[in-house]
Amino acid sequence: MPKRTDIKKILLIGSGPIVIGQACEFDYSGTQACKALREEGYEVVLVNSNPATIMTDPDTAERVYIEPLTVEFLERIIARERPQALLPTVGGQTGLNLAVALAEAGILDKYGVELIGAKLDAIKMAEDRGLFKQAMIRCGLDVPRSQVVHSIEEAREFGAEINYAAVIRPAFTLGGTGAGVSFNIEEYVKAVQRGIDASPVNEVLIEESVIGWKEYELEVMRDLRDNVVIICSIENVDPMGIHTGDSITVAPAQTLTDKEYQVMRDASIAIMREIGVDTGGSNVQFATHPETGRMVAIEMNPRVSRSSALASKATGFPIAKIAAKLAVGYTLDEIPNDITKVTPASFEPTIDYVVTKIPRWAFEKFPGSEPFLTVQMKSVGETMSIGRTFKESLQKAIRGLEIGRHGFGGDGKHKPLTGSADSPQEKEALLKAIRMANPDRVLQMAQALRLGATEQEICEATKIDPWFVRQMRDIVEEERALRLADPEDAAVLRRAKQLGFSDHQLGLLWGKTALEVRALRKRHGVVARYRLVDTCASEFEAYTPYYYSSYEDEDEVKPAAKPRIVILGGGPNRIGQGIEFDYCCVHAAFALKEDGFETIMVNCNPETVSTDYDTSDRLFFEPVTFEDVMNIVENVKPAGVIVQFGGQTPLNLAKQLEAAGAPIIGTTPDSIDRAEDRKRFRDVVEKLNLLQPANDTATSFAEASEIAEKIGYPVVVRPSFVLGGRAMEIVYSREDLQRYMEFAVEASPERPILIDKFLENAIEMDVDAIADGETIVVAGIMQHIEEAGVHSGDSACILPPYDLDPAIIERIKEQTRALARELNVVGLMNIQYAIRDQDIYLLEVNPRASRTIPFVSKAIGVPLAKLASRVMAGKKLKELGFTEDPHPNFTSAKEVVLPFLKFPGVDILLGPEMRSTGEVMGIDRNMGLAFAKSQAAAGNSMPAEGMIFISLNDRDKAHVDSLAKDLAELGFTFMATKGTAALLRSQGIAVQEVFKVGEGRPNIVDRMINGEVDWIINTPLGIRSKADERAIRRTALERGLPTMTTLAAAKAGVQALLAMRNGEPEILTLQEHHASLGK
Amino acid sequence: MKKAVLATEDGNVFEGRAVGAEGESTGELVFNTSMTGYQEILTDPSYAGQIVTMTYTQIGNYGCNEEDVESRKPFVAGFVMRECCLEPSNFRATMSLPEYLRKHNVVAIDGVDTRRITTHLRTKGAMKSIISTIDFDHDSLIRKAKASPDMAGSDWVKHVSVREAYDYAPPSEKKYKVVAMDYGIKLNILRLLREAGCDVSVLPATAGPEEVLKYHPDGVFLSNGPGDPAALPYIYPVVQALIEKRIPIFGICLGHQILGHALGGTTYKLKFGHRGGNQPVMQNAPGRVEITAQNHGFAVDSDSLDHSKIRVSHTHLNDKTVSGMEHKELPIFSVQYHPEASPGPHDSRYLFAKFTQMMDENKAKQPR
Repeated sequence: MPKRTDIKKILLIGSGPIVIGQACEFDYSGTQACKALREEGYEVVLVNSNPATIMTDPDTAERVYIEPLTVEFLERIIARERPQALLPTVGGQTGLNLAVALAEAGILDKYGVELIGAKLDAIKMAEDRGLFKQAMIRCGLDVPRSQVVHSIEEAREFGAEINYAAVIRPAFTLGGTGAGVSFNIEEYVKAVQRGIDASPVNEVLIEESVIGWKEYELEVMRDLRDNVVIICSIENVDPMGIHTGDSITVAPAQTLTDKEYQVMRDASIAIMREIGVDTGGSNVQFATHPETGRMVAIEMNPRVSRSSALASKATGFPIAKIAAKLAVGYTLDEIPNDITKVTPASFEPTIDYVVTKIPRWAFEKFPGSEPFLTVQMKSVGETMSIGRTFKESLQKAIRGLEIGRHGFGGDGKHKPLTGSADSPQEKEALLKAIRMANPDRVLQMAQALRLGATEQEICEATKIDPWFVRQMRDIVEEERALRLADPEDAAVLRRAKQLGFSDHQLGLLWGKTALEVRALRKRHGVVARYRLVDTCASEFEAYTPYYYSSYEDEDEVKPAAKPRIVILGGGPNRIGQGIEFDYCCVHAAFALKEDGFETIMVNCNPETVSTDYDTSDRLFFEPVTFEDVMNIVENVKPAGVIVQFGGQTPLNLAKQLEAAGAPIIGTTPDSIDRAEDRKRFRDVVEKLNLLQPANDTATSFAEASEIAEKIGYPVVVRPSFVLGGRAMEIVYSREDLQRYMEFAVEASPERPILIDKFLENAIEMDVDAIADGETIVVAGIMQHIEEAGVHSGDSACILPPYDLDPAIIERIKEQTRALARELNVVGLMNIQYAIRDQDIYLLEVNPRASRTIPFVSKAIGVPLAKLASRVMAGKKLKELGFTEDPHPNFTSAKEVVLPFLKFPGVDILLGPEMRSTGEVMGIDRNMGLAFAKSQAAAGNSMPAEGMIFISLNDRDKAHVDSLAKDLAELGFTFMATKGTAALLRSQGIAVQEVFKVGEGRPNIVDRMINGEVDWIINTPLGIRSKADERAIRRTALERGLPTMTTLAAAKAGVQALLAMRNGEPEILTLQEHHASLGK
Repeated sequence: MKKAVLATEDGNVFEGRAVGAEGESTGELVFNTSMTGYQEILTDPSYAGQIVTMTYTQIGNYGCNEEDVESRKPFVAGFVMRECCLEPSNFRATMSLPEYLRKHNVVAIDGVDTRRITTHLRTKGAMKSIISTIDFDHDSLIRKAKASPDMAGSDWVKHVSVREAYDYAPPSEKKYKVVAMDYGIKLNILRLLREAGCDVSVLPATAGPEEVLKYHPDGVFLSNGPGDPAALPYIYPVVQALIEKRIPIFGICLGHQILGHALGGTTYKLKFGHRGGNQPVMQNAPGRVEITAQNHGFAVDSDSLDHSKIRVSHTHLNDKTVSGMEHKELPIFSVQYHPEASPGPHDSRYLFAKFTQMMDENKAKQPR
């Protein structure tokens, strides 16, 4: 069927900030959809609040709105743009939910907007547990016994029927938020209540537990002619009971006979038709009983998903792109397969390798949370690997995870659970530990197998299919054999590499360094050879160069026609390193491609745009480790390697790569080291006569205490050997310091503690600059809302600065230039400053792309990462026409989102350790409106009126200024506990006094639960805040009450409210904002 | 670890591990892209005379069982894998793949670069090859591969067809009497015919028209099978005689090619054939795509057909070859692919209903 011509303009809704359960995969799918629709001549209107995405680049869609994803803002955009259609299936659960909300509010009808891809009824049938179950029964499929309930009373009877072994899932939530499992009546009641609270419609599905069954997913596509194809089957290594986002998964399915697979395929097709998804991709999940083969349908997502992104990368079939084309009327047979060019998209990819995905978690960032994996997703990122066999693939995936491990154990890095890494007690401890799924389980299994645990013991403890466990056991057995084999035998080396062993692991077996093993391999001609991902197992010639390594006979890399530049990506998302860096890598690929280079991307994160084979000229889907990267460098012989853009991951490889002969371009590894090495950096600071907070290093408590006395409390303490603010704390007294040294970290001469003077109530600034060796441009200066002490990645910020003395800004620029000059920066540089009184303190310098580059690029209308990559490849800023510091005439605010809801029991405080997963941007004509938008976009909309519960710590009480007065003038009323109430009364403000928890009832938490409070301003005492404060914040979080935990944020909130009183927020496209620049 | 060597007639040699029977075996080296269904492939008589390379790298994971067989025994001349699983995991498995291969005397090799083999076959075409676990001399193996018989021009049907006619287990309600010509028939065809209400008698490939007519069939089924359809001139007149009797005829794969010849057309050898479970076919009216299982090295030449009488009903979307045809006047149709799947997708099962419908209509026209 030809494409529809009655549609000209199509609205796409993105998925908003990165949160657990919804990450870069929707930037990937949304960007693909935009590209596909524009290719067909449609005008695309895109709305997303997340500035770090490629989809919100002014080049991705004609009309890009970086606005809050709320019904109100969307209605204004629809009224302004009048699109004919809305494609709801590429923006994750957020996009889908918002499309449903717009439809149900009558807004789509009012403006004549048609839902394409999936109609409202189909979405509801797939999303509503009850309707879905009925649909499954209608098409003759087996489902776990289940019941939908809206109250505990309803739940009790059914619970008894299934012996309280149940899975509880709330309706309409993301990534399993609020989901739980129970094995007894007590857990059952608790879990049901939590689910009811988490669901926006107070509805939960209680299901017969199928925990321990085998779990499968099929990615399905359908077109308007009812052609249905299966793109990929995925088998979860971890059985049912662990969210698929938290499971190790493998493609294709490994342990299904054709008979069983075809039954599953038929079922998926039947489900697709019964639910009535018109076009596009869906994900269908099944569980099968390992001993009887009974198969039940679990759920379906009527949209592209994290699994579909994985399936696209696993097979080479671009699901989101094809889904977009199907939505406008094409049929599968009318769309060519990009990879083969000669065959159509109406086929089922077949693969000749094994794909393994392993999630990455961040439990260490959330002390108090239990590191167990359940039906609620908690991982923050994932890595994928491609190997010819599962063994190779698994070992590669563990390397790609970047958790300091070099393969399936055997790397000398096992951290014993008992006193010894290889005792019988350790084996027992490991066998006990693996009973509960946890982030380290796969490596715990590795060590248990090494210590002689049997396959049966592991299977029994984990319910993992014996096939996978035997593969793992084989790795361990092969390792034993390799230890005794002759390293000088090329066949031995080749076999070891085919099994996925890294040079590091082999070195350990043979008493050599990894570099020695590398040299040995090369001498014997045992080098990585690259194979194509081609959707067809080589049945047809492939034109899309998407590679993975193997140690077999054939290398399929085609010779280069142009000079090559290798861009190293950032690996799996984690807190502190995510989509922002991927954005920079993608921009580098785009810019250098335009400039006539052959761009080569190296990354192992399946969620990203960088690992779309369309992004660069060649994609190497490989772990970003020294060994794997150097293999590629030696194969492709690039003119340059870019390490600046992928975050800390490639940066950490820079020195080693350079030493091995890789041509690193941009700022030199030595300059990077001068900025990162504390001692060397102090020399730079002194040379330039700049100011740093007093600091020193200590190796014992006595020493630390002495230093702290000398430089004066409060001090910031942190271990020297971890990155990203891990275990960093602000310490106000000797007692605090003692506790920190005793409980938080162990100091030793090898592992000293860094101590910095903490600048209280200082304003923190983030500066991004670009330099080419001649010209330095200070591209963006951001003023943080939260004072110094809150990790810069967790602070809201405003560009340009909103209440800073212009003279200070000038001095900041001067210092930035001096640093760029001194460090010979070629490319990007990020600096953090703290301003107190008239003093400017240098906190940190990073001569690389920073987390703020996408935000700044959008706030100033200049693609900084593109410019920087061109500069690194030899161009000058003068040639590129970027020599003046920009002065945008609109204001941009960035706010972060935090994953506290996923970690019950964790306090929601901000601190020196970064914990946010994503960010949003608000753009408007002044700071107040921009900040208001950023709050709305982060799901923390301030109420326009009502009751504020205010509770300030003693330090903040001194700085409260006119906050309460301003709020009172805006019409708010106040509730406070004793201390803060007294303060407000002393300022002449009326306040209702309320009991603290434990003082009497009803207390503040009761009042909150009763719905008497509209807004919480609660500034805590710090890490040791009292239990009652914690209860207040958790209650607020769980009830979705807007909460501000710093005085600074509350003050910014007042500005926002004032601005809103004076005028409506402006709705303009990013292109319109940028066009206004320089006018 | 026992060694095995695979050699091709054009001089490529692959050394690997012996995972099947001892000995050596020659055949036409082909590749199959199905990711599941190796036991069905092994036992599909259409593979007689062929050494099959599986492109998917992990084969044998779910072992073998008594049910997933397509004939009385494996027919492949040899089996080539990247990694063969020695310890299967599946609730139905009764033995491992190597045990199964040894039991049925199939020579097999793993540990070789199957992707390189596939690329080679795709570029150079299917070719004569040998697997040996007894002779490791490369030159000797290449010589033996060269000396083995050509697939083109070979009648493999006579090696796989039953010698004597037999009745397949009848359905509970016998709605149709069907004679199935066994050129190498797969069991799942018989299972599906029975499911559709057909009481099937299976006849040897050499059976003449009189023998067929003795059964007073409502319809005749022409089965799949191995080898070159052009090497079966003794079969075409049988089919022509049945066509003249206006008996409904349904052909699959080799049966389709034989029908092509019987209707005056010709067949030709494809470079490397279609073998896999992901092959897209367009059902030309009403324009719907079927994902099909295929296994053939020859195809009916569209230009050789009398288009005034014969309509191309299905077209292969990858290379536009004839995937199905039907007679414009007579109750005759056939497909090049495998609607019985096994292994493969079930998209085309409607063809069995089409056959019974055809028999219904024909019965209505000629009441006995």
